[in-house]
Amino acid sequence: MDTNVLFIELFLAQYLPIITILVLASFLGMEIIGKVPTVLHTPLMSGANAISGVVVIGAIILIRNAAADDYLTLGMGFLGICLAMINVVGGFAVTNRMLDMFKKKNK
Amino acid sequence: MNNTIDFLYLASIIVFVFGLKGLAHPETARRGNLIAAGAMGAAILISIFAPMENGDNNYLWILGGMVVGSVIGLISAKKVAMTKMPEMVSLFNGLGGACAMLIGIVEFKNLDPITPMMSGAVFANLFALFIGSVSFTGSIIAWGKLNGSLRDTLKLPAPQVINLVTLLLIIGGSAWTMMQPELDMTLVFALLALSLFYGVAFVSPIGGGDMPVVISLLNSFTGIGATGAGLIYGNNVMIIGGILVGASGIILTVMMCKAMNRSLINVIIGGLGSGGSSSGSDREQVVKEVGLSDLAIQLKYASKVAIVPGYGLAVAQAQHICHEIEEALEEEGVEVKYAIHPVAGRMPGHMNVLLAESDVPYEKLMELEPANADFPTTDVVLVIGANDVVNPAAKEDSASPIYGMPILDVEQAKNVVVLKRGMSTGYAGVQNPLFFGDRTKMLFGDAKDSLNKLKDEIHHA
Repeated sequence: MDTNVLFIELFLAQYLPIITILVLASFLGMEIIGKVPTVLHTPLMSGANAISGVVVIGAIILIRNAAADDYLTLGMGFLGICLAMINVVGGFAVTNRMLDMFKKKNK
Repeated sequence: MNNTIDFLYLASIIVFVFGLKGLAHPETARRGNLIAAGAMGAAILISIFAPMENGDNNYLWILGGMVVGSVIGLISAKKVAMTKMPEMVSLFNGLGGACAMLIGIVEFKNLDPITPMMSGAVFANLFALFIGSVSFTGSIIAWGKLNGSLRDTLKLPAPQVINLVTLLLIIGGSAWTMMQPELDMTLVFALLALSLFYGVAFVSPIGGGDMPVVISLLNSFTGIGATGAGLIYGNNVMIIGGILVGASGIILTVMMCKAMNRSLINVIIGGLGSGGSSSGSDREQVVKEVGLSDLAIQLKYASKVAIVPGYGLAVAQAQHICHEIEEALEEEGVEVKYAIHPVAGRMPGHMNVLLAESDVPYEKLMELEPANADFPTTDVVLVIGANDVVNPAAKEDSASPIYGMPILDVEQAKNVVVLKRGMSTGYAGVQNPLFFGDRTKMLFGDAKDSLNKLKDEIHHA
C-alpha cells in the first residue's frame, strides 16, 4: 500500500505542472474561439489546421538528436518534416487565399 | 541558455494565441492568419537553432525536408480550386497526423533502454502514435469520400461493434505495453496497425452529410497529436500550440453539431445510415417539371427571390454563373438573396467561401433564422444542388434519420424550383418530400448548364 502512495506522490510531483498547463491551455483554446460567424468556420478550421503543423518541431528535434549515420531515423524524420511542412505552408497559404476573397468584396 | 530558449518559445505561444484569436473575427481574420504563420516561422527557427547537448544536428536533412514540404504545400495551396477546399484541408490535416505518427514510431525505436515502461515518456509516445495514426487514416478516408474516389458504400459490417472493440484493444494493448518489463516492438507495431485501422473504421460509417463535423474533429485530433509529440520532448510550443488547436477544434465541432441539432456522440456512433426507409409519406409522389422560359419569366416578374445553394453548386462549379443570374435579376429590379444553411456543402462555411469567390456581396448572404423569417414573403426560391438542408422530413417525420435537424423552410415560399441532376437522394440517403410538394417544380440537369441556359432566357424574355 505504501509503495502505491509513494508512486502516486512521485507521479504528481513529476507531472502536475504539465497537467496544469494542459488543462489551462484547453480552457484558453475554447475561450478564444467563442462565437464565430459561419462565414469564418472554414478559414478558422483551415488556419487552426495549419497551426497543428507545429508537430514539425518534433521532427526537427528528432533529426537534430540523431547520429549522422542513423539513416533510418534521418529518413523518417525527413519524411515527417516534409509532410508537416505541407500541412503548415499549404494550410496558411490556403487560408490566406480564402480570406483574400472576403477582403476583395469589402471594397 | 535553456531558459532563454523556453522564454522565446513562450513568446511564440503568445503570438499563436493572438493569431488564433484574430482568425475568429471577420475584420481581423486575415491578419490573424499571417500572425499565426509568423509565430510558426519563429517557433521553427527557435527549434532549429536552440543549442542541444547531443546529436549531430544534420541540418542538411532538415533543410531538405523543409524545402520539399514548403514547395509542395505552396503549389497545392495555389492550384486547388475553391470547390475542392474541403478535400485539401482534410488531406493537409492527415499529413500533420502522419508526422506525429512517424515521430511516435521513431522515438520508440530510439527509446533509451533505461526508461521504465511505466512512465510519462512511454505514455506520451503511445499517445502520439495512436492519435497521429487515427488522424492520418481518418483524414485520408474523409478526403477520399469527399472527392468521390471512395464510394459512400464503403461500409464495414456492424461498425459500432468493430469500433468499440478496436478502441478497447488499443487501450488494453497500450496498458499492457506499459506493464511489460521492457519495450516490446511487436506490441508497438500491433498498436500502430490497430490505430491505423481505427481511423478507417471510425470515419467509414459516417455519412457525407456529417463530413464537415468529421473534418473538424480530425483537425482537433491532429492538434492533440501534436501535443502528444510535444510531451515526448517536453516542448512547450508543441504542447500548448497543439492543445489550443485541439480545444478550439472541439468547440467548432460542437458548434457544427448544434447547427444540425445533434450531439457529437450521435454523429460518431449513429452515422446516418441508408436505413430509416421512412417512405410512409402520404404525399402524392408526382414531380412537376418546369420549363426554362417559364422559369425565366417567373423570376423576372418576381419581387423577391431567394437562392439556396448546396453541394451540387460546388460540384457543378456553378457559383459564377449563379452570381451572373443574380445580377441579371437585380437589373430587372428583383431583390435577390442567398439563404445559407450552416452545414450546406461539405464544410462549415463552404457556401460562403464559394460565393465570396464569385464576388457575391456579403450583405446578400442570410443565415438560417433570418432566411426562414423571410421565406413567407419570397416569391421564388431557387434550390441549387441542395437536398438534405431543405428536407421537410427533418421536422415532420420522426422516423427520418435527419429528424430534428433545423432546415431552411423553403416550403413557406410561394414557389420553389429545385435544380437537380436527377431524383437521387441527398448525401444522407433520405427521400425528400419537398420534391413532391404542391408548390415545388423541378428543373433537371447539371446546375451550371441549366443556369447558363436560364441566363440566356432571362435576357431574351
